[in-house]
Amino acid sequence: MNLAIRDIRHNWARFVLTSIGIGLLLMIVMGMGGIYQGLVDDAVLLINKIDADLWIVQHETRGPFAEISKVPLNLEDRLRSVPGVQSSRSFVSHTIQREHNGKPIRIVVQGLSWPDDKGEWLPLISGRNLGSAHYEMVADKLLGLNLGERIKLGKDYYTVVGVTSGMVSQSGDGLGFFSVRDALNIQFEVSGESVRLERQARKSRVLSQDIGNIQPALVERAQSVSSELPGLARPMVSAVLVKLKSGADIETAVSIISGWKDVTVYTADQQKEFLLKGTVDRARRQLGLFSALLVVISAIIMALIIYTLTLDKIHDIAMLKLIGARNSVILGLILQQSLLLGAIGYILAYYLGTILFPKFPRRVLVTSEGMLYLAIIVLMISIISSALGVWKAMKIQPNEVLS
Amino acid sequence: MTGDVKAIEVVKLSKIYGSGNTEIIAMNDVTFSLEKGEVTGLLGPSGAGKSTLLTAIGLINPPSSGTILINGQTVMTGSVAHVNLRAFRRKHMGYVFQKANLIPFLTAVENVQLACEINDIPAKEARKKAAELLGYLGVADRMKNLPHMLSGGQQQRVAVARALANNPNLILADEPTAALDSVRGRQVMELFAKIAHEQGASVLVVTHDHRSLDVFDRILEMEDGILTERTH
Ligand SMILES: Nc1ncnc2c1ncn2[C@@H]1O[C@H](COP(=O)(O)OP(=O)(O)OP(=O)(O)O)[C@@H](O)[C@H]1O
Ligand SMILES: [Mg+2]
Repeated sequence: MNLAIRDIRHNWARFVLTSIGIGLLLMIVMGMGGIYQGLVDDAVLLINKIDADLWIVQHETRGPFAEISKVPLNLEDRLRSVPGVQSSRSFVSHTIQREHNGKPIRIVVQGLSWPDDKGEWLPLISGRNLGSAHYEMVADKLLGLNLGERIKLGKDYYTVVGVTSGMVSQSGDGLGFFSVRDALNIQFEVSGESVRLERQARKSRVLSQDIGNIQPALVERAQSVSSELPGLARPMVSAVLVKLKSGADIETAVSIISGWKDVTVYTADQQKEFLLKGTVDRARRQLGLFSALLVVISAIIMALIIYTLTLDKIHDIAMLKLIGARNSVILGLILQQSLLLGAIGYILAYYLGTILFPKFPRRVLVTSEGMLYLAIIVLMISIISSALGVWKAMKIQPNEVLS
Repeated sequence: MTGDVKAIEVVKLSKIYGSGNTEIIAMNDVTFSLEKGEVTGLLGPSGAGKSTLLTAIGLINPPSSGTILINGQTVMTGSVAHVNLRAFRRKHMGYVFQKANLIPFLTAVENVQLACEINDIPAKEARKKAAELLGYLGVADRMKNLPHMLSGGQQQRVAVARALANNPNLILADEPTAALDSVRGRQVMELFAKIAHEQGASVLVVTHDHRSLDVFDRILEMEDGILTERTH
């Protein structure tokens, strides 16, 4: 005869309320784990989605996610000449905070190497990828921009032609995809006045030197459009990404590019490593510790609940001992209730979580692996927390029936 | 062959509660024995030590000194147990107290069935036996009720049924009729006599109820921890 079930059936209201409490607690544990998982996943999401084999960054730097990295645009062409390289494209990424419809909006501006990369790999939920070299963007739904909406960034208006889902940066901001040119324009956008001032400054610099006085044409040249000046550097990009031909040897490509003194090459895995060990490391450890603390607290709370459930049954347990019930009967009563409480709490946590977590501002990623871990944790909590109750039950003397 | 083996034999049993100024000798060199198939009444004023004796024999309250033999087997000397007490209680003893002490979340029949199952009777058989016992005690119609839905007398009869679940050699009852009216009380007492005579168990009943003394085969009296036999 199963005593645990019969006791619950008798005191079902209390058991339901307790289960709800445990369920809410476990939901928080699950959420904490989900936030942790979301943080880690968001951090490496872009690297995974972009799916490049190699990341070529400024010499001696750790890449665009860890610090500022600048490489020339033409590195793209140099890399195409390396044996085994299938394609290479620029990576431009910077965060801007502008105003749109009177509200602040944070966009991680992400450059796509038009026309090689039109964003075919983006997880679109509506619209299309980039269809022209300029003035189009694909926005993540987190940015709150609608399909067809126009947003002014700098001097120009950009039209949202596609909307993605789940494309966020390591800090949880939504990504916006533009052509590399547009992305650079948005970043290096300067006002007309500063352009005029810069030209004036160039003119006076040239005039302050002998050659400027001898060659009036040079003065005129110095005042013209920046891109027409051979002496000025072209805009830089953050990194260049390389995809190798299938079957090409990654080691060979790495050793060739490593020979170049102006850049450093990393594999995608190394890039991810830098992110997890560097940029998000503290946040990750903080969340990890907090989750662990929550698990311990849940175990303590559940232990106290099981303990009070046991206290309520002292008289009955004494009676069971009096009529000679074996310890396994008493242990079963306590442990089964504890496990049932854990199981119901777990299921409740799962359902509440699937309703609540998607409404959170940052991603709470509950994977099936995470759910498995949680199940194991709940199982352990249930067993460990019943220890206090079992200990109490074992101490009960049969003559307590008479008190 | 086992005819002369006593159901219970107690030699120089004493119990001292507390120590120094607060020392109470609740049981003083009690020696007696009970036969199988016999129902014995234990009388005495409040505080005489009746419950102390009953719980000592019942192996739930160890004596300070003395020996307890059950079915010829030495079970305890002083507070030292010679057998696994819980297993011994399971196999040989049945208890009824002033309060029925039924498990509140089990129905009448489940309370009895549980006692059967604790004695290793398979669930189905245990259920059958429990139903039979409740029938024997006249509460078959309240089988499926939880204890709080039963009257005091019905609860007590379920408790008696539970005490019989393991076919005990020894049934110990401490004021089992105190909470019952005289008619119900009388019925329970007659039940004990019936069980002793029909099943060969030895029954020891503590009671204050002098109207049912005729039920007993033998009457023991206790005062200030000292046991005497009343002769008819
Ligand atoms: N746990 C205990 N600690 C200390 N003294 C106790 C304890 N239990 C009983 N006593 C004392 O031992 C004596 C005998 O008690 P006992 O309960 O055996 O009496 P009783 O004959 O059953 O009385 P009643 O008829 O009132 O039930 C009493 O003086 C009582 O106060
Ligand atoms: Mg008493």
